[in-house]
Amino acid sequence: MAFPSPYKIVPLGENAVVILWENRIDTGLHKTVLTIYRHLQAKMQDVIIDLVPAYSSLTVYYTPEKAISLKPPATSLYNYIRDRIEKSIALVNETADETNTIVKIPVCYDNEYAPDLANLTREKEMTRDEVVNLHSSRIYTVFMIGFLPGFAYLGEVDPGIATPRKRTPRPVKAGAVGIAGSQTGIYPLDSPGGWHIIGQTPVSMFNAQKHPPVTLEAGYKVQFYPISSYEYKNYQEGSAG
Amino acid sequence: MSIRIIRKGVLDSIQDTGRIGYRHWGINPGGAMDTASSAIANLLVGNKKEDAVIEIHFPAPVITIEQTCILAITGADFSATLNGEPAPLYQPLLVAADTELRFKQRVKGSRAYIAFREQLGVPLWLNSYSTNFKAGAGGWNGRTLQGKDVLPFRHTNNYRGLTNRVWQALPWHVVPFPEPDIINILPGPEYEWLSDAAQRQLEEKEFTISTTADRMGYHLNEGLEVTPSQQLLSSGTGFGTIQLLPDGKLIILMADHQVSGGYPRIAQIVGAALPAVAQQSPGEKIRFRICTQEYAEKLYLSQWQHMAILGTGCNLKLASWLEKNEYLPD
Repeated sequence: MAFPSPYKIVPLGENAVVILWENRIDTGLHKTVLTIYRHLQAKMQDVIIDLVPAYSSLTVYYTPEKAISLKPPATSLYNYIRDRIEKSIALVNETADETNTIVKIPVCYDNEYAPDLANLTREKEMTRDEVVNLHSSRIYTVFMIGFLPGFAYLGEVDPGIATPRKRTPRPVKAGAVGIAGSQTGIYPLDSPGGWHIIGQTPVSMFNAQKHPPVTLEAGYKVQFYPISSYEYKNYQEGSAG
Repeated sequence: MSIRIIRKGVLDSIQDTGRIGYRHWGINPGGAMDTASSAIANLLVGNKKEDAVIEIHFPAPVITIEQTCILAITGADFSATLNGEPAPLYQPLLVAADTELRFKQRVKGSRAYIAFREQLGVPLWLNSYSTNFKAGAGGWNGRTLQGKDVLPFRHTNNYRGLTNRVWQALPWHVVPFPEPDIINILPGPEYEWLSDAAQRQLEEKEFTISTTADRMGYHLNEGLEVTPSQQLLSSGTGFGTIQLLPDGKLIILMADHQVSGGYPRIAQIVGAALPAVAQQSPGEKIRFRICTQEYAEKLYLSQWQHMAILGTGCNLKLASWLEKNEYLPD
């Protein structure tokens, strides 16, 4: 298959553009997004100041005051940036190698840490162990970081445990592990949220004092493993696999 | 010694031009809501436009200036007073130690900025002084300013010229940017998802800023006709992105917006118009007009060039004033 998959570039104001692929969740498409993300990050440092890789889009933020000194006089800034991105993408001919490292994250699925697990098992007509097994047996991809600092959108969960997000958000604790649609994720901070909480990790997903302050980044592989409430309470940061 | 918060305001925080380059970690730029006013406050006192400022709202804080300094107040008019005497905005003010800065009433606008030539001694977090409330990091301990907080200055300077007075305005000022009646917007990535009728409504309707309007975003009371459409996968957003909610209502994303969102981005407010939007308050009206990409770029660059000229002008004025009025202690 030709690389990359068909895309279009559209402006988001006068200081950002969005590179859009087909609007669907697909790991192949996502690999393309990450490849282009890393490529542009390295090759267009002279004008690009920020990038947001997502499921099937890449938003690129640039500084018009820098681009103005680089662009040909007759071209608009947008056209200049779009052309450079297109030319840059044309030089990439395959998806980058995937990382083989899997970040293993302990999760306590006990009742006291899983306010929505009982409902989910009832609704799915499964036992608690079945839900926990389905959730912890898959290796997930971090599709993107968004919503909160360090909030990783992981996917996709087994269709057997996928469930639409709640209608009304309520307060969720940092470390809560939730499911929304076919996604699973970990709340890095206390926040209102609409995901179904099925467990809690003692691993911090965001720490402003550390560099980088986030534990996960787009493209990382993640697997959960169940721990007891005793292990949860005695967990020491840094002992994650 | 420097400045002391005597009574906190409704939401006083340290901001700058934002934390750039960390959106891929979910850390948004934040920064001053009205970046034009924060930049001008800095330029008036001889700082770089990216330096730290205090962003305040009304009710505003009561602050004691404990160390002689040059400060400037810009943005909203909250009737600033120094020891009870009205103090001008958009003008550098030489203020003696132990002077009280108070704001009497809201006349116009919703956020004011205070910059100091002596510069606020706050640490950088990820290359920025801005307060990220969600992360609890940046600015002053990652939070709003509270009563009893004492913020140090980075520098101490000695000035002549304060004879028999606790403060004086220095003899130059900046004219704020004019406020547009209509806000220029560009079509967003999902503009085409709107029906023809909704596209017309976006430009023809007058919208009202709802009471849900804060540093994260402004919800508007009126909406657009919506037709059921596909679901957007979460994707990057920006300061000024106008999102369409499923019920047709609109949200304008402001400085503390999330880095990504799943609502269609039907339009984007041009950067040059954001300071005016940032000064609007609940109940005020807003109208949109689509402009061309080239026009938006021209506006951005002309505002940027104007800022550069202002900076040069302010630095020249300040340098010649300092030559006569600043001294090094023996």
